[in-house]
Amino acid sequence: MDKRVEILDKEAKEELERLPESLSAKERLSILPQKMAVQAPSERVKNMEEVELGYGENQAVLEAKRCLNCKNKPCVSGCPVGIDIPNFISKIANREFKEALEVIEESSLLPAICGRVCPQENQCQKFCTVGKSLKDLDKAVQIGRLERFAADTAGDSVSLPKVKESTGKKVAVVGSGPASISCSVDVRKEGHDVYIYEALHKMGGVLSYGIPEFRLPKRIVDKEIERLRKLGIHTETNVLVGRTLSLKGLLTEDGFDAVFVGSGAGLPKFMGIPGENLLSVFSANEYLTRSNLMKAFDVERARTPVFKSKKVAVFGGGNVAMDSARTALRLGAERVDIIYRRTMDEIPARKEEVRHAKEEGVNFLLLTQPVEIMGDERDFVRAVVVRDCKLGEPDQSGRRSPIEIEGSEHELEYDTVIVAIGNTSNPLIKKTTPSIETNKRGNFIVDENTNETTMEGVYAGGDIVLGAATVILAMGQGRKAAKAINERLNKK
Amino acid sequence: MYEIVDKKQHSPEVFSMELKAPRIAKERKAGQFVIVQIGGDYNERIPLTIANADKEKGTITIVFQTVGEATHLLARLNVGDSIENVLGPLGSPTDIKYFGKVVCVGGGIGVAPLYPIAKAMKEAGNEVRVIIGARNKSLILEEDLMREIDPNLIVVTDDGSYGRKALVTEPLKELCKEGVDQVVAIGPGIMMKFCVEACRDTNTPCLVSLNTIMIDGTGMCGGCRVHIGNVTKFVCVDGPEFDGYQVDWDNMLKRQRTYRDIEEMRHHKCHIDLQIEEGRA
Repeated sequence: MDKRVEILDKEAKEELERLPESLSAKERLSILPQKMAVQAPSERVKNMEEVELGYGENQAVLEAKRCLNCKNKPCVSGCPVGIDIPNFISKIANREFKEALEVIEESSLLPAICGRVCPQENQCQKFCTVGKSLKDLDKAVQIGRLERFAADTAGDSVSLPKVKESTGKKVAVVGSGPASISCSVDVRKEGHDVYIYEALHKMGGVLSYGIPEFRLPKRIVDKEIERLRKLGIHTETNVLVGRTLSLKGLLTEDGFDAVFVGSGAGLPKFMGIPGENLLSVFSANEYLTRSNLMKAFDVERARTPVFKSKKVAVFGGGNVAMDSARTALRLGAERVDIIYRRTMDEIPARKEEVRHAKEEGVNFLLLTQPVEIMGDERDFVRAVVVRDCKLGEPDQSGRRSPIEIEGSEHELEYDTVIVAIGNTSNPLIKKTTPSIETNKRGNFIVDENTNETTMEGVYAGGDIVLGAATVILAMGQGRKAAKAINERLNKK
Repeated sequence: MYEIVDKKQHSPEVFSMELKAPRIAKERKAGQFVIVQIGGDYNERIPLTIANADKEKGTITIVFQTVGEATHLLARLNVGDSIENVLGPLGSPTDIKYFGKVVCVGGGIGVAPLYPIAKAMKEAGNEVRVIIGARNKSLILEEDLMREIDPNLIVVTDDGSYGRKALVTEPLKELCKEGVDQVVAIGPGIMMKFCVEACRDTNTPCLVSLNTIMIDGTGMCGGCRVHIGNVTKFVCVDGPEFDGYQVDWDNMLKRQRTYRDIEEMRHHKCHIDLQIEEGRA
């Protein structure tokens, strides 16, 4: 065990020993939330390793004892895949870690990943009675951390899901991110053959190219992929459906009985302001892909270069913006500013990521809107012109919309800009498959209950349907589609 | 794995390789390209044009010039070796149809991807004229194949070591004056830029094929973005071919140099490493 975890775990052990065998609600509420050991900010900005080090066993048990085991389980209603949260937590409290993980795996397939990247403060933990009773959302039972603990501790001891006898039916899955992974497993369990086609040279989709190592170690992603293979799921890289193979061809020539498209959010959005095609302006996708997928952070070994920055502006306030900013610091930037047009109250990133970014020295320029990027004589970024904003009435998203203040323009010096304002859907499959209908934003239109697209036998889920969403929502969609696919194939 | 079944060296810097890639061979059309990564966690993904394909054999031919680290490493592979990752065919195919008289202009390594386009244009019933050019004689590619398409093939070299001593733009201008319905130009950015200029006097349409910085090649990274008539387009999904008149050439040429400082440093080191390994230093 890491020294830092050991210290906290020892404290937890001592506290556990002081606690009576059975606890009243009041006693449970008096236990403080367990901190998670982290790499110190000054140390972690110099490496790519995971920031949060996980709970020790006693910490997890103590944290689990904070749960009131509410009858109405409000937390479950906040979980997009409906994990029986109080049940798995009570198993942890009883030190039945393997059983705890089994409970989670009834509903979720990627607990080691979701425990790390889910925005729990907007989901399960938001509804936690403990947090509400203590009038502090941050004091809710640390459900995400417990999920991570169960997965990390018992992951190797839990057996693979049972695969039914082969039905001889085949399903193609396009893309290998969270939506595709969850769909594949559920379809495979029914005994159908599953073939995953990934365009990049590595499996995992956004888990591999997007989320950085310091937030989601790639060994965890690799393990999940290995599990897919152990289940007998076929995986193939370097296949871009829409180009290498056509969607129609999969159904008509290659003998697939159904297809699931989980190809993700394709094209990075730009702001459409002057100067965006200057040389050191990057989409977050490009910046993160260079660092994560192409390993550019490993300057000695990686052959893909990443731009050497001193002063970086990141446009946007989501998780991807935080990931970009923190990656820039780790790649040696001296100053990194997040430029976001609303306030901390509206910022969409996970609270944890914002906190970590701040601790690491990322600056937040709030109520600030970039209006132009200025170049130097070689056309590299020299500065960003920004305008101050104030908050107006709530918009469709329910968040107060920013209003730019005329005449407040001023110039800030930077040498790099990373644009992290989201993605639009990739037009490729749509372009080569006319029978797929999309909405204005280019997202696939699907049946709400089955996730079937307008092309019969073709299902879709994740960002290609939702626009930019989370890992857990993508997973939920993959499962919904899998259920419909299984019903379809069993009828056939 | 994509096995190398044939390899040719055309000059000290230019190589072609025939790879087993049945799916790509089956789907690929003139004007498309592949992304190649030789393997492992640390190697670069590089876009390379498809010069030819054989559906029956299930092979594609790539042609490349050793300009950076990735192409140098690729050049060291031999027949029987395999390339771990080849993704394609990428990009939109060339719009092949009957135009009337078509002039195909290729510079340097750009001649390789031009060949399937010239061939398809001829098969579509066009009268096809071909101009190919390079710095010097040793860098002239596909001369015989191109001569099959255009018996009056025009060859130019910068130094006059072979064919006419001229830039490709000179004979292009002359042909345009005789009346041309469509020009297709593929080569270094600067050459394509000046081909457009050569066409401008006669207002001849000029299609160009851009080769920009790219990582995934599927639309995800946006590194390949260019200004086309003031709208940002992605070369990998919207291109690689565009109306040459609409391209913001200065921005494109500059963007290609984003990593030049880092690459030059690395390339220098890479050269030394390779020489040490090969016992030359």
